[in-house]
Amino acid sequence: MDTKEIKILAIESSCDETAAAVVVNGRDVRSNVISTQIPLHTLYGGVVPEIASRKHIERINQVIEQALEDADMGLEDMDAIAVTYGPGLVGALLVGVAEAKAIAFAQGLPLIGVHHIEGHISANYIENKDLEPPFLCLVVSGGHTHLVRVVDYGKYEILGRTRDDAAGEAFDKVARAIGLGYPGGPKIEKAAHEGNPQAITFTRPKVSDGVYDFSFSGLKSQVLNYINGAQMKGETINDKDIAASFQQTVIDTLCDHAALAIDEFGMDKFAIAGGVASNQTLRQAMEKMCEEKGVKFYHPSPILCTDNAAMIGAAAYYEFLAGKRDGWDLNAIPNLKLGER
Amino acid sequence: MKILGIDGSGLVASVAVVEDDNLVGEYTTGYKKTHSQTLLPMLDELSKMIELDLNQIDAIAVAAGPGSFTGLRIASATAKGIGLSLGLPIVSVPTVDAIAFNMWGNSGIICPIMDARRGQVYTGLYSFAEDGSFKVERPQCAVDFHEIAADINERGKAVTFLGDGVPVFKDLIAELITVPYRFAPAHLNRQHASSVASLGMIYYKNGECDTAAEHRPEYLRLSQAERERLEKEGKA
Repeated sequence: MDTKEIKILAIESSCDETAAAVVVNGRDVRSNVISTQIPLHTLYGGVVPEIASRKHIERINQVIEQALEDADMGLEDMDAIAVTYGPGLVGALLVGVAEAKAIAFAQGLPLIGVHHIEGHISANYIENKDLEPPFLCLVVSGGHTHLVRVVDYGKYEILGRTRDDAAGEAFDKVARAIGLGYPGGPKIEKAAHEGNPQAITFTRPKVSDGVYDFSFSGLKSQVLNYINGAQMKGETINDKDIAASFQQTVIDTLCDHAALAIDEFGMDKFAIAGGVASNQTLRQAMEKMCEEKGVKFYHPSPILCTDNAAMIGAAAYYEFLAGKRDGWDLNAIPNLKLGER
Repeated sequence: MKILGIDGSGLVASVAVVEDDNLVGEYTTGYKKTHSQTLLPMLDELSKMIELDLNQIDAIAVAAGPGSFTGLRIASATAKGIGLSLGLPIVSVPTVDAIAFNMWGNSGIICPIMDARRGQVYTGLYSFAEDGSFKVERPQCAVDFHEIAADINERGKAVTFLGDGVPVFKDLIAELITVPYRFAPAHLNRQHASSVASLGMIYYKNGECDTAAEHRPEYLRLSQAERERLEKEGKA
């Protein structure tokens, strides 16, 4: 009996991707369907919560049906239904939560609510079959910047978090300021390739009372001030240099914090996760830092960095093994804290 | 024929199972808890009480809107999830129609009003013919209360008001309505999933239903961001 496969249908709708996946034993992804709304929100320069919620409900059944079809399985094959219940946009989360609950109810299956960030961290398990806690993980996305010590499956210790803007949010805002548009991450990265990262000196943001905490709002202001200053003096600004210098400052800051934590806690494994983790320059910098320290470096493929349901299925598997089951009153919690149960 | 009715369009959360002309069970609450915390636990409890075999259900009728955007989506996603699981069709019942159906057989005009904020109401006008058939005199819409008041006065028939907009617009009703009017009592004046299911059964028999995948709420309103964008583009 101990060889029984645990098959989980996972659903994710916390922001602007409607996603569903079938994951077996937490690490074997049989399907991973993502329906993105990015082109729609580009019209507004960012995610509009009400529009996101409306799109989720229009797409969710098709996405789930596709995930089951791709996995060549039916709901009757599943052992549990998992869903992201926070953090995220409440209206968006509620679509996935209500849908998942109804499927679990109608199918007579256990329901497992999953923390979105725990999902991002767990994305690393999928392609790295050898990765097991404890390890250090840096989660960087449009909504989150967390430095987390993964003590055990389902057991997280937050070392640092952003005090204001998330790293990805700073990318979006800077991209807007230099006219690159939304979504900022990939656009800054592309522009930065052709720019000089040493061209402009931005100060690395520090938080005085928290060595592992981040603050990217000040850095964003530095960039805006630089642009305003240059415009006042009638100087032409080089968007590519700004993008490259800004990106380098963010990466240096993230790298410094990670390196410090690796040393202090004597970690021998380090992973990155979240949408910004698909940034190649960030990945290379982290890889180099880990190499120098003799620490094993892990990262998910870009498709598993972005919001997806496979990562929710991965996290849910360990919750399933730990016996976590949610009731039919499971609610969306927009500001759910990491490690909260 | 067995229909599962769901309504999450307003403060009320309601689920019901109607089999032909028998209301097997209904669970309705008008309490401040979110629909995410109430609807499915209520359906679970109701199912146990009436020993419901979900596989015996023929269709799900859901109050599809207008109403609270989030409430509509919770009800719709609940219907869609069950529909996906069991391969059931969904009947999208206009929310205002279902509220009016509470007043089955009533003489005169039935006017549900829901507070739509921004000075508007979600409303519609309805009546019942002598044979009991349901007539939509004015399809549900989002309008200024003055507009629906003028329409009611013009028709010159007695009117029954109901819905969660009544407490909000009571003064305006007294001020504007020139025909005899009355207010429905507590047991009839809000959403009932049994009405959604009964009316849904009629629509379903007329072939008006969607697959669970196709079903989506009918908000009667654009999102604020879309509205502002269109206004801006209109001006530009």
